[in-house]
Amino acid sequence: MSLHELSVVEAGRRLRAGETSSVELLEANLDRASRTEAQIHAYLTIDREGAREAASQADADLADGIDHGPLHGIPVALKDNMCTRGIETTASSQILAGYVPPYDATVVARLRDAGAVIVGKTNLDEFAMGSSTENSAYGTSYNPWDISRVPGGSSGGSAAAVAAGSAFVALGSDTGGSVRQPASLSGVVGLKPTYGTVSRYGLIAFASSLDQIGPLSRSVEDSAVTLETIWGHDPLDATSHAGEYPTPSAALEKGVSGLRIGVVRELAGEGYEPAVESGVSGMIDRLSDAGGEVTEVSLPTFEIALSAYYLIAPAEASANLARFDGIRYGLRVDGSTTEELMARTRAEGFGPEVLRRILLGTYALSAGYYDAFYGQAQKVRSAIQSDFSRAYEEVDVLVSPTSPTVAFEAGARVDNPLAMYLSDICTIPSNLAGHPAISVPIGVDDGNLPIGFQVMAPALGETVMFQAAAEVERLAAFTARPILAEVAS
Amino acid sequence: MPIDIDIAHVARLARLSLSDTELETYKAQLGVILDHAAQVQSLEGDPQAESVHPLGFVNAFRDDEVRPSLDRGEVLKQAPDTEDGYFVVPPALETE
Repeated sequence: MSLHELSVVEAGRRLRAGETSSVELLEANLDRASRTEAQIHAYLTIDREGAREAASQADADLADGIDHGPLHGIPVALKDNMCTRGIETTASSQILAGYVPPYDATVVARLRDAGAVIVGKTNLDEFAMGSSTENSAYGTSYNPWDISRVPGGSSGGSAAAVAAGSAFVALGSDTGGSVRQPASLSGVVGLKPTYGTVSRYGLIAFASSLDQIGPLSRSVEDSAVTLETIWGHDPLDATSHAGEYPTPSAALEKGVSGLRIGVVRELAGEGYEPAVESGVSGMIDRLSDAGGEVTEVSLPTFEIALSAYYLIAPAEASANLARFDGIRYGLRVDGSTTEELMARTRAEGFGPEVLRRILLGTYALSAGYYDAFYGQAQKVRSAIQSDFSRAYEEVDVLVSPTSPTVAFEAGARVDNPLAMYLSDICTIPSNLAGHPAISVPIGVDDGNLPIGFQVMAPALGETVMFQAAAEVERLAAFTARPILAEVAS
Repeated sequence: MPIDIDIAHVARLARLSLSDTELETYKAQLGVILDHAAQVQSLEGDPQAESVHPLGFVNAFRDDEVRPSLDRGEVLKQAPDTEDGYFVVPPALETE
């Protein structure tokens, strides 16, 4: 196996055994990026100089006996909606072109403190609004498994980089499935942690009650160790969890014997590709054979989760994106009054999907419509939380496909916003409830496109979720890699 | 339920300067999405409270102490137009 294909944990083992160095790992990643970027366009910015400096420092520290933990010396990519001091951060929007943050997001600071090497910033749908990266103002990313297809989104650049070997692990953000769906479509592991466990300070906000940062990785163990590096209480985020945190990495070998596994009835049927359904039901059978107590459970409000999401998320976005006004940072289009300047800047700086969601959210919050739309959506959200609570009286984890389909062709859904929104039908309920969920690759379809399996757990249930996810990974024994021809750029 | 949207009013509320053609396109797309989203009105059973933080938080306060902020010069460097430590904007109020 080439250096750029190693897991974080294996790369870390070799580092500590003196078999490789952080500089060597980084150069392997950079070299791989230089041969794959022309095809997949995972990155918006690669910070070669900063990364080389950090890798040399990581090597020097290790030589001095200073070990900062599992991510020490490991090259990491960041979705470009996380602020990085001194490195341009655009959220894939024209309105932030040229913006260089004067501070690091808390997750970035934690990664730096943990000795990680920040390779660069990955592509996303503008402001994380989308399921394909086609809404990026800086061009689409492509799926390493088939470059005519999308990698999913919105964290599609992070998923493509980890799948292609141009990052060992990457961070994404998940508001309605934006880590898990691209992980599923790109054949990597994607995690959305419990709301409030990973600080959102320095994450460019989309929908603040739903946004949560999580890792995309090549193994379940890598996901757990990355999570344990970035999470924890942060006084800079008022929604940050101040209590105890579990240790999910300790549960990876426990297996599923006696574990109660609920199969969500509502996340199957019409709209689900046969290969996805048969892959998922095959895995459920194997979990049962491995000692899991499998039952089917019904969560009826899942049927209206998507509707609630497409009122709540745009409503919050319309408020959060009010800050982009052409005055304090980013693009400015002049006008004769301040209001005209703002309205022109915003109309020019935001792309069509962002404009659509701002209009949708503004409408849902406007006088006369609030009760019928936004208020009602928040009640649905409570009903979804109640459905989850009832289900977790009977089972320990819930399982489903991560996405109803495998990776779709670029361009196939760009003219139909509603069809694009349906990509997230399996992932949205966990965001609305604030619960953790993880996608694990379990195989490929006839076209060699990856299929993802989702494990959901109650709030702060990361330990049992990782316990089940690790077993899914063992049973799937999914070792395939994308066959991506290298092309010098 | 056909949803009537005063799209020009919504665009004004959102401070978006859009052409009539753009407004018509967005109006049609919002109609389709809102038709789907109106399914939230089908929620049955007991009236639910509007949802809160999943871990049950209400408010988080920090100690009222003075702390250094970001460097003013560095922050202002990101602005399109500044003068003497201030952001520069065109007139915000109409004058005679």
